[in-house]
Amino acid sequence: MDKRIADLAEAVADITDNATVMIGGFGGSGAPIELIHALIDRYLATGSPKNLTVINNNAGNGHVGIAAMIEQGMVAKMVCSFPRSADPRVFTERYLAGEIALELVPQGTLAERIRAGGAGIPAFYTPTGFGTDLAQGKPVAEFDGRSYVQERWLKADYALIKAETGDHLGNLTYRMAARNFAPLMAMAAARTIVQVSRVVEPGGIDPEAVVTPGIFVDAVVAVPNPAQEEDLNRANAAHPEVTA
Amino acid sequence: MMTRLSNAQIAWRAAQDIDDGAYVNLGIGFPEMVARFQPEGRQAVFHTENGILGFGEAPKPGEEDWDLINAGKKAVTIKPGTAFFHHADSFAMVRGGHLDVAILGAYQVAQNGDLANWSTGPKGVPAVGGAMDLVHGAKRVAVLTDHTTKDGKPKLVDRCTLPLTGVGCVTRIYTSLAVVDIEAGCFVLREKLAALSFDELQSLTGAPLHIDGAVTDLIAPEV
Repeated sequence: MDKRIADLAEAVADITDNATVMIGGFGGSGAPIELIHALIDRYLATGSPKNLTVINNNAGNGHVGIAAMIEQGMVAKMVCSFPRSADPRVFTERYLAGEIALELVPQGTLAERIRAGGAGIPAFYTPTGFGTDLAQGKPVAEFDGRSYVQERWLKADYALIKAETGDHLGNLTYRMAARNFAPLMAMAAARTIVQVSRVVEPGGIDPEAVVTPGIFVDAVVAVPNPAQEEDLNRANAAHPEVTA
Repeated sequence: MMTRLSNAQIAWRAAQDIDDGAYVNLGIGFPEMVARFQPEGRQAVFHTENGILGFGEAPKPGEEDWDLINAGKKAVTIKPGTAFFHHADSFAMVRGGHLDVAILGAYQVAQNGDLANWSTGPKGVPAVGGAMDLVHGAKRVAVLTDHTTKDGKPKLVDRCTLPLTGVGCVTRIYTSLAVVDIEAGCFVLREKLAALSFDELQSLTGAPLHIDGAVTDLIAPEV
């Protein structure tokens, strides 16, 4: 078995129109910038994939990563907890113009819905959101004298995530707080595509240190020195680059 | 004219109630200041939603590592004992009753403990983050706030009129004028500025203040 894929373009080649795509990251931390930009490049060259539903904690920052996907018009709907950032203009303008849909989900509920999707749990009850606008229309139930809201699993056709080290079998380790949603998304997507800073042979990761076991991973592509969204934004970067 | 506590002084007062070794989540913005005012000899363990327990202070400018940020997307540091974990574990810590204290900001707090702190209404882009999760599970949910809005309206109210973050969740409120507990659906006054009479404080509060035992002076140093 070898899950390695030679390049970024090939890694994102089979993502279809109308797909639901989970994208790792919390703000810029863990954002798979190179995979996202490869997907944008494919869209600009072929017109596909479009009409995507994107699941991420946020809704992009500046003009790179998810913000650039939205700016190019690839995204029909965002599922997220916090569609604000230092520079949220791309999402904000489209949302206020009615050009992009938003499903707002409390952050812990978002994480648990993704976990449930990957774990085969179709619904669960949480105290989060009970009695608030975000629980409207959802079943509620009382357990041991307290009220809880029923939330449903969240699954995706694809997950695009960033990890630190991956082996040929897809076993992964992450770097510091960059892991955030990635281990959950890897479980919840039909096909999980991972960019890793370093690819190693099987045995190159201590089994005790594996965070995401390879069973949850379908494709591994090496991106040795991944960009940080924050650095790109501080340099006023855009994707594709704006030529004067 | 009586001087209200500054935000830093409110944060200082809240920090005095955090025990050594407590697991604490501080909301983005104003509540983050609480970390600066831990009393000598006490060290809380700070939790951030994006998967760090026991993180350290901000790095020097130029030394940021953008894989190491807090929930406000600001750079932090690791220190001996720091742990990383994924988002589902992070919110298991929150909802599962493992945090000792969550400290949040507020637009309004009602006498029954309802909190409104995520939305000022239907205009603009709605964003909730982890606020609705954080109000459930922590052993104490405390609020830091000015006692009134900028135009002088009470923030401690009979019933919240803004969209709720959580129902019956707040246990203590630290304001620029007072420390108020929420017990059995009532505001119970614990501390107030010495220069302020009970009646003056009541006139700035949107629901009855109850007294149960001594009311002590609210004192905070210049910080």
